[in-house]
Amino acid sequence: MTVENRGWHVRFLKLWLPLGVSLIFALFPFYWMAITSLKTNQELYSRKLTPLYVHNPTLKHYIDLFTETSFLEWTWNTFVVAVISTAISLIFGAMLAYPLARIRFAGAALVSFAIAATYLVPQPLLFVPLADLINKLNLNDTLTSVILTYPTLLIPFCAWLLMGYFRTVPQELEDAARIDGASRLQTLIKVVLPLCGPGFISAGIFAFTLAQNEFLYALIFLTKTEVRTVPVGAIAELVKGDVFYWGQLMAAALLGSVPVAIIYSFFVEHYVAGLTAGSVKG
Amino acid sequence: MTAIVAPADTTRRRPAFSLARWLERPGVFSWMMVGPPIIFLGMLVGYPFFYGIWLSLLNRPVAAEGKFIGLDNYIADWHDPAFWQVVINTFVYTIVATILKMVFGLGLALVMNQDFRFKNLTRALLLLPFIVPTVLSTIAWQWILDPAFSVINWTLVTLHLIAPPGPSWLGNPDLAMGSLIIVNVWRGLPFYAITLLAGLQTISPDLYEAATIDGAGTWTKFRYITLPLMKPVIFIVTMFSVIFTFADFQLIYVLTRGGPANSTQVFATYAFDVAMNGGQFGQGAAIALTMVPALALMIAAMAIYLRPSKS
Repeated sequence: MTVENRGWHVRFLKLWLPLGVSLIFALFPFYWMAITSLKTNQELYSRKLTPLYVHNPTLKHYIDLFTETSFLEWTWNTFVVAVISTAISLIFGAMLAYPLARIRFAGAALVSFAIAATYLVPQPLLFVPLADLINKLNLNDTLTSVILTYPTLLIPFCAWLLMGYFRTVPQELEDAARIDGASRLQTLIKVVLPLCGPGFISAGIFAFTLAQNEFLYALIFLTKTEVRTVPVGAIAELVKGDVFYWGQLMAAALLGSVPVAIIYSFFVEHYVAGLTAGSVKG
Repeated sequence: MTAIVAPADTTRRRPAFSLARWLERPGVFSWMMVGPPIIFLGMLVGYPFFYGIWLSLLNRPVAAEGKFIGLDNYIADWHDPAFWQVVINTFVYTIVATILKMVFGLGLALVMNQDFRFKNLTRALLLLPFIVPTVLSTIAWQWILDPAFSVINWTLVTLHLIAPPGPSWLGNPDLAMGSLIIVNVWRGLPFYAITLLAGLQTISPDLYEAATIDGAGTWTKFRYITLPLMKPVIFIVTMFSVIFTFADFQLIYVLTRGGPANSTQVFATYAFDVAMNGGQFGQGAAIALTMVPALALMIAAMAIYLRPSKS
């Protein structure tokens, strides 16, 4: 009895207490986002009411967000940009990863180095020259500008992750296909790629969330309402001077997070695999 | 070499065949594959990088021709007190946030490495701050830290711990940096915890059993088994984190724009301010490039302290 009690205390201190505190810390801002978006303005700016829960829930901020701003357009833009740049990154990533994983060729070390260097170049280092470049190409205020630049952030990661998956395909399978007369390209497409589905899902999910997250390039290149993405639209148009439309901001933040959270919840294991692959395997 | 085996007329008779053969050569096939992405990255990463170096040597207002001025932009940085403030801020932000994330991340990973119900669900929930677009979650933090309606202040006032109205978390130069660091830790902690947890799971339980039989306590096991085996993982995670914290833009731009009075201005926000708001592309490029030696210094220092010892 006493032993059991003591065990329970230890388990509480070593497990449930730190876990509970971490969960509250991690999730509180989302709770706050949700309840703020459901409060009336009167309630938001009241000093008398307890702010911890909603007294008179309202959908006004959501309705305003849809009718008075271009939120739906921003959501669509964000989605299009994320999907296309993820697709480009997966294709280019696979093209880099397969030869590096499987074939010994002159210059392989140089290519690996280039990928690692690209991975580690932080965005703020490039935005000034890129802004000038996009300007000269007349790509300002087009989705093309961000569709072209996001993959530079995503390709190195996709290549790195896919390399690990390509290496897990048994060499014998490829040899057998080659002996049967398949070309290298046919072997890759018909034998290797079908076996690397999980790798593509991991890399794709990771690239998709990164693309949704990108802000700096979108902030600089996209200055018109109709081409903006959700983060830039929210920052640029739901804050007017010193006036913050907190209800709408929170509604936009919540709705903007939902697509990522849904996709993530379906593929959480793949996401974790992608997240940890680089550091643990290496 | 090919000239000897394949005389000219043979090639002419069966050109398709030899082209296919040529494409099958390891070097040719590999470069056909890596060529397009390498050209793509070269144009959008390599070229801008060197173009940025060139820009930093120009006096280049946004709408005018550039004029070569050598190192004048860098010399101007050197004499600019705001620039040195930026250097100090960036180092404080990166070092403090990284240490907090490393310590609490490892702690959380150790907690998560026990058996308990709903482990996968807990892990998924704890990762949420990391996957949600940063700008959007940072907006929520901005409201949590609002000068007039901060829920933190409301709680502290209601508990009679402070006098109303309470501190302005982002408006007070002494508190702003601390607030930013907490938000950064909130966002980055899951990455540390989950990655380190994956590292912990690769350590064989046999090692701990053997140590227990030899009479080792919890601390001894942590110090002499867990830490040494985790060093490579900690190193890689920390390196990524340092680079991305050092170059952080989103979080600071949303919360303070570098203010109040430059007290939270870092390299990325300062370069943005000078280049985009001030229209000085050359000067902005120079500020961004000064990140490189600073970052290199930081990574070198970390590599020395955390280098996985080769056995």
